[in-house]
Amino acid sequence: MHGINWTALSIFVGLFAFISWLGFAAARWRRGDLEQLHEWGLGGRRFGTVITWFLVGGDIYTAYTFIAVPALAFGAGAVAFFAVPYTVIIYPLLFLAFRRLWHVCQRHGYITAGDFVRGRFGNRWLALAITVTGIIATMPYIALQLVGIQVVIGALGVSGSGLVGDLPLFVAFIVLAAFTYSSGLRAPASIAVVKDLLIYLTALTAVIVIPLELGGFAKIFAAVPAKQLLLATPGPKSTGSYSGYATLALGSALALFLYPHSLTAILSASSGKAIRRNAALLPGYSVMLGLLAMLGFFVIAAGVDKLPEYAAGFKQFGSNFAVPALLLHSFPAWFVGIAFAAIGIGALVPAAIMSIAAANLYTRNIHREFINKTPTDRQESQVAKRVSLGVKVGALVFILFVPTKYAIQLQLLGGIWIIQTLPAVMLGAYTRWFNAWALVVGWAIGIITGTWMAVETNLTPTFPLSVAGYSFPGYTAVYTLVLNLLVAVVFTPLLNGVGLRGGAADETVGADYSA
Amino acid sequence: MVADNEKRGGWSWWYVLFIIEFAVPLWPPLYNRLEPTVIGIPFFYWFQLLWVLVSAVLTTVVYFATAE
Repeated sequence: MHGINWTALSIFVGLFAFISWLGFAAARWRRGDLEQLHEWGLGGRRFGTVITWFLVGGDIYTAYTFIAVPALAFGAGAVAFFAVPYTVIIYPLLFLAFRRLWHVCQRHGYITAGDFVRGRFGNRWLALAITVTGIIATMPYIALQLVGIQVVIGALGVSGSGLVGDLPLFVAFIVLAAFTYSSGLRAPASIAVVKDLLIYLTALTAVIVIPLELGGFAKIFAAVPAKQLLLATPGPKSTGSYSGYATLALGSALALFLYPHSLTAILSASSGKAIRRNAALLPGYSVMLGLLAMLGFFVIAAGVDKLPEYAAGFKQFGSNFAVPALLLHSFPAWFVGIAFAAIGIGALVPAAIMSIAAANLYTRNIHREFINKTPTDRQESQVAKRVSLGVKVGALVFILFVPTKYAIQLQLLGGIWIIQTLPAVMLGAYTRWFNAWALVVGWAIGIITGTWMAVETNLTPTFPLSVAGYSFPGYTAVYTLVLNLLVAVVFTPLLNGVGLRGGAADETVGADYSA
Repeated sequence: MVADNEKRGGWSWWYVLFIIEFAVPLWPPLYNRLEPTVIGIPFFYWFQLLWVLVSAVLTTVVYFATAE
C-alpha cells in the first residue's frame, strides 16, 4: 500500500479514543444495577424514542452494510438496491408483530426470543432450537463487522504481515470487549449516537460533493455499463431476476427482526409507543442506505478501481475496498479520518449488541434452563458478561485465521437458518395454534433443506426452483420458510390427533400483547 | 385459532396502508426502467428512494390513526 496516512489516522484514533471513553462512562448513564441481567443486557428497558432510533439504526444498518452494499452495486449493479425495498418492508412488521412481542416480553420479564417461546409454548426444546439458531446465526455476523474494521484500517495505510498487521484490529477488539463487559447495552446505545451522526455527515457529504466533482448524476450513470443499470428482463418461462430481487428483499426483511441483536434493541425500548414511532422514523436510515448504495456507481465513474495507488487494496479486500478507495480519492485526509472512523465505530456498535444478545440467549435459555436452574441475579449477569467475551474471542479468532469468504458464506447460511424461527417467534406473537413439536419438525426440515439448497447453489442466495417447465429463481430462505410453515401446519393436527401435547400451558394471555 | 386478539391490538382497516407499502416494492416490473430520470438519476433508483419516504408517511398516518 501507499504508506500511512497520518492525518486521517490521527483523527481516526482520536475519535476511537473518544467513543472508548464514552463506552465506559455509559455504565453510569440512566444508572441501574448492572448485576441484574435486564439492566446489563437490555439497558433496563429504559430507552425512549430517540435513543431507540439511534440504537436500532446503529444495530441494523451496520458498518458491513455500508461497505458491502455499495461494493455489490460496484460489482453487480442494480441488484444491490434490493437493500432499499428490504429496509422499507421491515417497518410494517416492526409496527405490528414486534410491538406485540415488546408488550408480552415487558409484561413477563422476557429478555430473549427463547424466553418468549418457552413461556408461550411451554416447550424447552423448542426454545432451545430457537436459542441455538440465534447464537449460530449471530456469530458470523459479528465476524463480518470485524471485516469492516479491517478494511478501513488497511485503507489508512496501516499494513504489515502477520501479527503486526492485525494489531490494530486486536486493540479495537479489546476496547470493544472491555466496555461491553463493564457497561452492557448502555455502551453501544451511547456510542450509536456518535456513530450515526458521523455516518450521516459522511453519507450526505459524499452524495453531494462527489457528484459535483464528477460532473453530475447523469454523467455518473452514463459511465455504468448499461446492463448493470437495471435488473435483467426475465426470459420466457422464468421470473428471472424479478423474483430473485423481490424474494431477496422479502426474505431479508422477514429474517431481520428475528436476529437476536435486533430483538435485543427492540426489547430495550421503554414503551410500545417508542417502537411504533420508530417504525415511522427509522426509514431515515433506509434513505441513507439507498444513497450510499449509489456510491458503488461513483466508484465506476471516478475510475478509482483503475488507479495504481489503490490496486493493492482492491487485491487484498476485493470490491469491499471500493468505498474506502472512493473516499480516499475524493476527500482531504482529515475528512477521510472522520469517514473511516464512522465506518469503524459503526462496526463496534452492532458487534457489541450482537455479543450481548448471544450472551443473553445462552444465559437464559441454555444455562438457566439446563445447567443452573436457580441462579442469583448476580450469577446470571456474571455468566452473560463472560459469554459476551467468549463470543467476541470466537469472532476475532475466526477473522484472523479463516478467509473472509467463509464468514460471508456463513452469514448467508445464517439468514436461511434464522428465518426458520419465524413461525414460533413472529407468528407466536399472534397465535398458539401450532403444536410445539410440529414447530420443531418444521424448523428442522427448514434448516436441513435450506442448507442443502445453499450448498447446491454453491452458497449463493438464489435457488432456481423449477415447476412444470417454469423457473422461479428465488431467495432460498423464502422457499424453505414456506416449506417449514407447510410442515408445521400439517403436523399440528396430526400430533394433536395422536395425543402428543406440545408442552406446558401458555403463560401468556391475549391482553399481554397490547398496551 | 385462540381467540386472543379480539380487543385492542387486533385488526384495523388502517393497516391496509401497510399492504400497499409492502406490496409495491416487491413488484419490480413496476419500476425496473430508466426513464424518466430526475437530476440524471434513473427511475429505478429515485422511485425506490421516494418509496421509502412514501412508506414513512403511510406509517405515520397509521400511527396517528390507531393511537392507543
